[in-house]
Amino acid sequence: MAKQWWKFLSALLILFTLALGFRAPLAPGIVSVSPDMLSYGATSVAILGYNTKFKSAESSLQVWLANSDLVYCPYELVVVDETHIRASFSIADEIGDSFFDLYINSDADGTIMLPAAFMQNGINVGLSPIRPQPCLKPLAATETGAFNYPNQSILNETIRNILFHVPSWFAMIFLMLASLVSSIRYLSGNKAMDDLAAANAAHVGLAFAIVGLATGSLWARFTWGAWWVSDPRLNGAAIGVLIYLAYFVLRSSVGDEEKAARLGAVYNIFAFFMMILFVMVLPRLTDSLHPGVGGNPAFSKYDLDDNLRVVFYPAVIGWIGMGMWILQIRNRISKLKLNKILR
Amino acid sequence: MWSEVKAIVLKDLRMELRSRHSLGSVFLYVVASIFVAYSGFSQIVDVPTWNALFWIIVLFAAFNAAARSFASENAGRRLYLFTLARPEAVVIGKMLYNVMLLTVMVLTSFVVFAVMIGTGPLEQADVSALMLALLLGAFGLACILTLISAIAAQTDNNLGLMAILGLPVILPLLLILMRFSKNAIDGIAWSINHVYALQILAIMLLSAALSYILFPYLWRE
Repeated sequence: MAKQWWKFLSALLILFTLALGFRAPLAPGIVSVSPDMLSYGATSVAILGYNTKFKSAESSLQVWLANSDLVYCPYELVVVDETHIRASFSIADEIGDSFFDLYINSDADGTIMLPAAFMQNGINVGLSPIRPQPCLKPLAATETGAFNYPNQSILNETIRNILFHVPSWFAMIFLMLASLVSSIRYLSGNKAMDDLAAANAAHVGLAFAIVGLATGSLWARFTWGAWWVSDPRLNGAAIGVLIYLAYFVLRSSVGDEEKAARLGAVYNIFAFFMMILFVMVLPRLTDSLHPGVGGNPAFSKYDLDDNLRVVFYPAVIGWIGMGMWILQIRNRISKLKLNKILR
Repeated sequence: MWSEVKAIVLKDLRMELRSRHSLGSVFLYVVASIFVAYSGFSQIVDVPTWNALFWIIVLFAAFNAAARSFASENAGRRLYLFTLARPEAVVIGKMLYNVMLLTVMVLTSFVVFAVMIGTGPLEQADVSALMLALLLGAFGLACILTLISAIAAQTDNNLGLMAILGLPVILPLLLILMRFSKNAIDGIAWSINHVYALQILAIMLLSAALSYILFPYLWRE
């Protein structure tokens, strides 16, 4: 029992991840504005918030647009309910930048923003814009303390997926490493159990890879607009899955068990290094949409804030532990079958 | 060691020349597939299509050519070879032989392909970069496919398993190769394009090193 603590730990960590990953709310944010164009003169726009408390904090609410270093305040502001605001802006006919960032500040939500919320429509953009009167009152102090995830403009609620997508790939890589080590041990020692361990690890790793592909595909649909895009990182992942499927085909297509084990081990080692080369190294040299590749920031750099970290690292450890647990059970079954105790 | 390698390359070369039909079948395969492509597409002016079709035809021809390198050795002859040469010498010899065979095959199919499918897309090509792409393509395919064909030769379903095992491993190389040669055909500057050549070299070296290490385990029975 004393040796089994890591199983309880990983089960607990996964429960913790599931509970907090699904239950914790998203930070307040701005979802959309309509219309998303501003013309010369007065424009009235509707602003849609998410998890915001506009009505409760109406007394301290401030809305403004930032355009280069210019700040525009609405001349009229109506708070409809907790998530809806109508604001009317008056824009001069010369501005500093083509895009307006939208900011909202209140004592309930702090400062939230939507970058490039509005595009200019038919206004002159120049170096000497007409400066509006300074209009901002001192900002309300931000109340922190609530546990929530960052509200990114395209990701929105799907940011929770990082707690499931990334750990499943980590667990897959870990299990494939276990498979590689078992294959190397088989080639140096010729023990049947090492070969079965390699196949079992590849099986469990493949299950995690399929979870990783499914969550990644779902995420791509919501952020990039398609279930699958042609991208070095995605192609690499698909090739990784194909390689392990080929490994199983090879093992099952040879009748002689000893020979199947030997051929499988050689292919496993060869294919693992080719896959690592493709998934890890090559996408960094070419362009990719995927975070952490080709100059795109990975989550750890900008977006993975402290609240996400609190759930993300336990999720990684928990899923790797769970993978090792499943592998151990499969290995025990294999051992029993090998010794003709179980059929 | 090197004398063993040389002996194996010479042996394969002599066997190939003695039975002309097997060498002829490789080239007939290429020419026939190019002719099928010609019947389907007639002339292609679009560079990406031209380029992709060329490499797809070369890919399957390379599978066909490399699959024979170990399939021709039956169990008895394998045992005989095992007593004569070190396994490292065998794999290097076979790899060198495959490099030679595939280089000739790729260059021939390029000429035939250009003649039949049209030389229009090649007008702005960076010729030296394109030649490098063809050569690196042949070397890379040979390096990877030698070990794969050694694995597949030990099973009953040689050619079918060769495709299943080889395609996922070869796909990275093929994707890079296609991009490299497309850029060369478009005449994109070497300073931008050389990254792909380095990537192909990296894949080549890794696969050759892994084959050298792993082949002795395949060979002993």
